[in-house]
Formats: sequence, structure tokens, C-alpha cells
Amino acid sequence: MRDEATFRVKSGLAEMLKGGVIMDVVTPEQAKVAEDAGAAAVMALERVPADIRRDGGVARMSDPEMIVGIQEAVSIPVMAKARIGHFVEAQVLQALDVDYIDESEVLTPADESNHIDKWPFKAPFVCGATNLGEALRRIGEGAAMIRSKGEAGTGDIVEAVRHMRRIGGEIRRLTMLDEAELATAAKDHGAPLDLVRGVARDGKLPVVLFCAGGIATPADAALMMSLGAEGVFVGSGIFKSEDPPVRARAIVEATTHWQDPERIAAASRGLGSAMVSLESSKLEDEQLLAQRGW
Amino acid sequence: MVGEAPLIGVLALQGGFQAHAKMLRGLGAQVREVRVPRDLDGLQGLVIPGGESTTMTLGIEREGLAEPLRALAASGTPLLGSCAGLIMLDREHLSVMDIRAERNAFGRQTKSFEADLDVAGLEGGPLRGIFIRAPWIAEHGAEVEILARVDGHAVAAREGDMLVVAFHSELSDDDRVHRLFLRAVARQRAAVA
Repeated sequence: MRDEATFRVKSGLAEMLKGGVIMDVVTPEQAKVAEDAGAAAVMALERVPADIRRDGGVARMSDPEMIVGIQEAVSIPVMAKARIGHFVEAQVLQALDVDYIDESEVLTPADESNHIDKWPFKAPFVCGATNLGEALRRIGEGAAMIRSKGEAGTGDIVEAVRHMRRIGGEIRRLTMLDEAELATAAKDHGAPLDLVRGVARDGKLPVVLFCAGGIATPADAALMMSLGAEGVFVGSGIFKSEDPPVRARAIVEATTHWQDPERIAAASRGLGSAMVSLESSKLEDEQLLAQRGW
Repeated sequence: MVGEAPLIGVLALQGGFQAHAKMLRGLGAQVREVRVPRDLDGLQGLVIPGGESTTMTLGIEREGLAEPLRALAASGTPLLGSCAGLIMLDREHLSVMDIRAERNAFGRQTKSFEADLDVAGLEGGPLRGIFIRAPWIAEHGAEVEILARVDGHAVAAREGDMLVVAFHSELSDDDRVHRLFLRAVARQRAAVA
């Protein structure tokens, strides 16, 4: 018996990305640079988050022409972003044979109440989360991989740390609760009870957890791995830096050797300047992308 | 030494190494994550997991692991490669097995699938193979025994004590492939003792 697109097949691809770096790219040339530096996958998008912030306006799914160009340029998995709730953009990405769809707060949301029902899709989805309840709601909707949101396009790691610590802390607290308390916790987190029970039993999410939003240096990547991330997304941090190929290789190396400060030190030398960064605490409320999603 | 838990390395540069480690520990092995050449010292078996083969190739190059891995294979230490691990062992990569892998042969992620497989030498009925952007074995030498096929394409093979599978049984609860690998490890240890 042969079955395509089972949940094991969808979440299994994320298992194979573990310990890896997924890099935002906007051209086939950048995708090639990312692949040659050791990226485990690339995220094809029209503008990196730093430019979306700078330019403003509505940010949408990328031009299929560009996505196809990137698919032809590299052999590693190609991911692409759809707007929150925009299930037709997701259908288009699936029709393009994208390997993972990111229902992303970095793009302008298309639906202010609902996320995409991800179960009917053959392509797997990754979704952002700032806390455990949000992560479990996305998994309940069919997401096969979760990433912490951080604050994309800033180069400031503080929000990623906040989200990873919060998700990790909330998971650890669930493992200490009894059955009656778990039902209350499910209500408090706004999360499906069966998923809450599973997390309490296993002490981890039922899918792979990556970190995203604000990673600019090898040390940032290693920090997030130490806080429980199973891999990292780097958006603007690579191609908005002075020397993208060198920085990309360094972040890949630090993600593998996150437990070895000497290797992180060696990888961090001579990288040139990091991306131009924004302090996320100085951003106005409407500029915060992590608040998008419900 | 025979009778004690075998020490098995799992290449941990990138990919699905934790699921292999968990399955091996469940079968009573000691597991060491391998990232640099010295991690190979004293291993009685090595697993190369799934992941991205280009990422793994670059990691092996960066860490200077290619020659030590070839030496490990040449010494007769049992190896298990799954998915990208199968690719790493082929003629065009580490070149320790006489096979040529076709990368992403079944297609992109939307073509990924699970299927019941009849695997030669495995008792207990079909094995559920999880194929994720999986390769197949396009060519192989005379010394290579093909153990399973999907749509006529070779997806599991053995050459001496090297075992490769194009699928992921470590993501299921069926540990028979790992048992087969650990039997080869036990045989080797008995022979050395």
C-alpha cells in the first residue's frame, strides 16, 4: 500500500532539515550562494524582511517565475511564503511543487481571523509561533513544522530569545501537571487538549521546532540552538551583510557546532559587518510583525 | 567486549540523526554523535542519517572527515546509510560502496510517500518505508545485493557489512533495519574477539 502526503512524510522532511540553516533568497544567484555555503534549504521570496520593512506596502507571495528560477538553480528543498489565511496563494505554491509552504507573518495577512486549513494540502506547512498555544493551534490546523517568530528583518535577537524561552518554559511547565490541570492548561493556552496531553507526555512539540527572526551572527544561531531550536532560519541576516558567502558558511558551521565555543569563535572571525539592524524595542506597535497571526 | 553494549556513531553534521540515535539506544546500543574525526575513534558501527546531501558533503569536507570515513569503511566497520546517507556512500561521494545513487529520484516533496516493502532478509512481513525526496540506486556492481525495490527501482542494498536504504525506518516504530545493522556489528565484534 502506498500513501502520499501522510503527516509522517510532511513532518519527516523537517526532521531531515534538523541541525541545518534555511536561508532567505530573492534570486537564483543567491540560492546558489546559499546552497554552496551549506544551507539545508532556501526560502524563496521577493524581498527579504528588512526590505519589506523599509519599503512598506502589501507584501505578497513571490512571483512564480522567480520561484521556478530558484528551483532550477538548486537541488536542496525550496520553500516559499504565503500570506496568513491566503489559501489560494498556498494552492499556487503547491502547484509549483514547492517543498514547504511558510504561512508567514512577514507577508501582509490576508485573513484577520483564520489561518489556512493546512490538512487538505499535499505540501507541508511551517508556521510561526510566539508561544506554545499558538504553536499547537497551528499544528492543530495541520502545520508539520513550527518556527519561533522573533522579529524578522531587525537583526535583533531579543524577540527570538523571548519566543524560544517562552515556548520551552511553557512545555516544561506542562510536563508537571496532572490530567485535570492539563484540561485547564489547554483552555488557557487556547490549544487542542490532545496536543497538550502529547506535549506533557513527551516534553516536546510533536513536530520539529526551528527558530527565526533576528539571527545576524554565528553566535546568534548557536544561542538559539542552545535554547532548544532544532535548526535556524536566517532571513535578512545573510544577504544584507557585507560578505554573504562567508557569513552564510559561518552560520552553518556554528549551527552544527553550537556546543563548542571555540568553533563558534573560529567561525566568527573576519566576517565583515553584519546587516544594518533595528532595535525591536524602538519599533512602533504597527511595525511589529510577530503580532500578526491568531 | 562482546556482550557489552556496542558503541555506535551517528554522523551529526546535519539531518535526522536524533531519530537514529533514539532507535539505536532503544535497541541497547551506546550512541555517540560524530562531528569531527576524533569522534570516530573506537566506534563499532556508524550510521549516516538522512538530511541534505549537499549540506552533508560540504560538512564532511569542512571537518576533514572524508578520509577517516573511508578508512572506517575499509576496516570493515559496519555502516548504515539512510536516504542522504545512501548517497554519501555511493561512487560519486565517499565512494565506499559500488553503487550510484540518483538524488531526489522520486521527485520533490509533494511526491514523497510511504509504502509497504518486502525487504530480503527481514522476517515478520513487509516494512513500512517512509520516502522523503528519496534517492534510488540507479547502478550497482556485482558485489552489491539489492534487498528491496519500489516500482522496479532499487531502494535497499547490502555490500559486505554496509547496508543502505533510500527510506526512513527511523521515523517509524519498526526497528528491523537497525536490528539487521546491529547484528552485523555483533558479528564483527565476535570475529575481532
